[in-house]
Amino acid sequence: MTNHWIDIKNSDAVLIIGSNAAEHHPVAFKWVMRAKENGAVLMHVDPKFSRTSARCDFHVPLRSGTDIPFLGGMINYILEKELFFKEYVFNYTNFAFVVGKDYEFNDGLFSGYDPKTRKYDQSKWAFEKGPDGGPVIDETLKNERCVFNLMKKHYSRYTLKTVSDVTGVSAENLLRVYDAFCATGKPDKAGTIMYALGWTQHTVGVQNIRASSLIQLLLGNIGIAGGGINALRGEPNVQGSTDHGLLYSSLPGYHNLPVSTWQTLADYNKANTPVTTLKNSANWWSNRPKYVASLLKGWYGDAATPENDFCYEYLPKLEPGEDCSYMYVMDKMYHGKIKGGFIFGVNPMNSFSNTNKMRAALDKLDWLVCSELHNSETTDNWQRPGVDPKTKKTEVFLLPSAHRIEKAGTISNSGRWLQWFDKAVEPGGQARNFADIFVPLINKIRDLYRKEGGTLPDPLLKMHWTEKFEPEEWTRRINGFFWADTKVGDKEYKRGQLVPAFAQLKDDGSTSSLNWVYAGSFTEEAGNKSKKRDASQTPMQANIGLFPNWSWCWPVNRRVLYNRASVDLNGKPFNPKRAVIEWDGSKWIGDVPDGPWPPMADKEMGKLPFIMTKDGYAQFYGTGRLDGPFPEHYEPAETPLDSHPFSKQLSSPVYKFHTSDMDQMAKAADPNYPYVLTTYSLTEHWCGGGETRNVPNLLETEPQLYIEMSHELAKEKGINNGDGVIVESARGRVEAIAMVTVRIRPFTVMGKTVHLVGMPFAYGWTTPKCGDSTNRLTVGAYDPNTTIPESKACLVNLRKADKLTEIA
Amino acid sequence: MVARTVWQARQKGLQTFPDSVRGFNKEWNMKTTRRSFLKLMGVSAVGLSLCQLGFDLEEAQAYASKLKIEGAKEVGSVCPFCSVCCQIIAYVRNGKLVSTEGDPDFPVNEGALCAKGAALFSMYTNPHRLTKPLYRAPHSDKWVEKDWDWTLNQIARRVKDARDKDMVLKNEKGQTVNRVDSLFMMGTSHASNEECAVIHQAIRSLGMVQMDHQARV
Repeated sequence: MTNHWIDIKNSDAVLIIGSNAAEHHPVAFKWVMRAKENGAVLMHVDPKFSRTSARCDFHVPLRSGTDIPFLGGMINYILEKELFFKEYVFNYTNFAFVVGKDYEFNDGLFSGYDPKTRKYDQSKWAFEKGPDGGPVIDETLKNERCVFNLMKKHYSRYTLKTVSDVTGVSAENLLRVYDAFCATGKPDKAGTIMYALGWTQHTVGVQNIRASSLIQLLLGNIGIAGGGINALRGEPNVQGSTDHGLLYSSLPGYHNLPVSTWQTLADYNKANTPVTTLKNSANWWSNRPKYVASLLKGWYGDAATPENDFCYEYLPKLEPGEDCSYMYVMDKMYHGKIKGGFIFGVNPMNSFSNTNKMRAALDKLDWLVCSELHNSETTDNWQRPGVDPKTKKTEVFLLPSAHRIEKAGTISNSGRWLQWFDKAVEPGGQARNFADIFVPLINKIRDLYRKEGGTLPDPLLKMHWTEKFEPEEWTRRINGFFWADTKVGDKEYKRGQLVPAFAQLKDDGSTSSLNWVYAGSFTEEAGNKSKKRDASQTPMQANIGLFPNWSWCWPVNRRVLYNRASVDLNGKPFNPKRAVIEWDGSKWIGDVPDGPWPPMADKEMGKLPFIMTKDGYAQFYGTGRLDGPFPEHYEPAETPLDSHPFSKQLSSPVYKFHTSDMDQMAKAADPNYPYVLTTYSLTEHWCGGGETRNVPNLLETEPQLYIEMSHELAKEKGINNGDGVIVESARGRVEAIAMVTVRIRPFTVMGKTVHLVGMPFAYGWTTPKCGDSTNRLTVGAYDPNTTIPESKACLVNLRKADKLTEIA
Repeated sequence: MVARTVWQARQKGLQTFPDSVRGFNKEWNMKTTRRSFLKLMGVSAVGLSLCQLGFDLEEAQAYASKLKIEGAKEVGSVCPFCSVCCQIIAYVRNGKLVSTEGDPDFPVNEGALCAKGAALFSMYTNPHRLTKPLYRAPHSDKWVEKDWDWTLNQIARRVKDARDKDMVLKNEKGQTVNRVDSLFMMGTSHASNEECAVIHQAIRSLGMVQMDHQARV
């Protein structure tokens, strides 16, 4: 989230799209209701009417997979009617940057496309460069290649008619949302966009979110109270686990894992440290070498020196472009290329798309280590229904894991608040927390290397590690230490003392931090700030629900990201009634600003607000995504259409997929699979249900897998409410109970009726007779940037079941 | 515990309170935290009578007399489900969890919990919990209980053997890559930040590149 949960109450318009917030973030939804009490208009755009819709002023049903046309239509509407916030766009965005002559867009394809590799040459999209290598900026907009002009041209194709034809949303409903939300393009109005997996789980997932950025920047809604783009993060610590980079291509703190072409730390820094020519750009990532050196120092301690590149050599290096995400690992596993591994606190055999392939892949492992609270479809894959365990070779070690209430540490909520939790009770039975598994395991492996030697022992033996896991010691390591006596201002710090903030991190080996964004969370002066429980506020902070003294939030306790965009060039809030920060003539008051510099009216010292971009401006046009500099509509990989009005390019030209015998896909407008399936979670079950299905009272409230369908479709198929149904896709077959409802209605798309059905994915065979994984139906097609599978849209067929075996 | 008692009663009552009453509470929050206010209320009746607040003291007292949390230690924790991260209070007596509830002082959840959060206690006590390391041998049709030491030794052996055999020191171009392609790690956003830091450091020190978790699905 750019903002935080409480801040939602400051909104004048709340657009919930790609999320069922009331059911999946029920407690936070109270802040949406507070916004409503304050007079906000609430809108829910989603294929299905849900409890979120019921609480909103209106619900607009949208065919799954058509968010970009919906949003593209809004961009066009804003530009045509000039509803954008001119001062904001003019001062804080790259609207006037001139794009290079190689950029083109023709019939659904951007320039630089290679159909053989299904990849773009992104260098074709580069900005025009001036004599100093910096951007060419034409604020007169006379140059037709200005970002603003290109954007206007691109989205002029997203008319009410084309958008309505594709999305299945009536023009009247489109206008209701566009009018209500675009009214926030005024200095004293705020609109927030709340999304979740309904946006990310598409082959155009990243571009869905990019499209919302364009809208929020046009309307001046980023950086302000009640604004922002707010990912309603689902998993308990998914914010923190992402910050700590539990991803193949990341190091903690949003740095890339090295690739083979970056052989030295200097190579790495050169490739990953942007340089700007604009003196009023803070270009915060220019500090990256300090953070990477401090991370390596944290990992290798005294062994890490400037002379040995801080042990950079020890880090594993990928081949450029190599994908080691879930789906690629599972594909390699399916082809027998993986020996063994760890699956901790996640249930891929239920929650990964194309689950039948996942289950077959797991059989190919020699050994598997799982750590869970309960047996799951993953831990017990070797004895799943229909297989003979004697034919399954995989050795499985199943380790009992500790519940949250049985361990201490910190987690980061969706608003980036660092919250401490104490251990209330000892772990049940012999259960252990994950670190109390990994620390002794690594120590045993280290012992083996000491005793027997082996290949490349140094990365293990020379690291700064521990004999025993103490949670708060690692909270301190994450914050970071001085490794040499250091003077900061008038204050002296000794070796071993905590660094006060990331501004003090250095690239000379004198500091460590296991994650620079958390530097400042645990200091000599204030102790462990995640434990702070102080509700005090200034009146200005209280006015917008800011609690700066309750816990701590990254970065540097800044609660609203990009808050320098909430003020004008003189540092005065665009909306004085809901000011986030304000320059009082000598300092900033309110929230912690994005950097200490004075307002931009100070031509020498002032800085642009978007400090994480190289040139300081927010980007309507960006060259960093693999599927294009502007979001463009493509149908889902499996689509009920054989054409759409935006281009001849039916689906994304660069989405990723696999080609094994278990990666079947329906063809476009396939008569064998005529219905769109979308999937979702439930209030009473946690995601795949691995934990909550084991809690009797929760299972009782939502006992079995169902499929929601309209009365019209049910009638067509001769299905009654409560009947057993067989649902089939090109990849699998699933049994479910029919829920015939007005919550889902048929769409009229390109003149024809398209039926959509919805199914939760909370059920699996280890809970007897409740049904089995819905994801056996979903498709193995992935976003090119993130490799997230398109679990939210695929094609199925269905029929009334004569007999059910998976559901009692 | 008086403050808690009144709070409990109020929580109970709140479920049926109209919005106007919740609005009243919201204003209170501006001046003081709920608990500090209620503590105040517990010590002396101050100016307001409890009836004015809309609940009945007698009922609250009766409720208090049978509270299972009487005398229990309060421990601050966080709900383990979605990333709203509602703060909760765990009540512990003699090392046993006796109850959990939403933390009324936490500014985000203000004491509220959803169905899952409210079921934390039964999640803790449910009979399906794994309590010992289990081992399933190749081609076996059953789990066998093992101790931690044996289990970790076995895993360490397999990891080291694979690492020693499959570590790629140089790629085809002769570049140093120091990576192992035959091992993987999946998970987890259920881990604390501290556990994540431990896991990440461990995985990279082994030379593993195949690591992923719920941020992607």
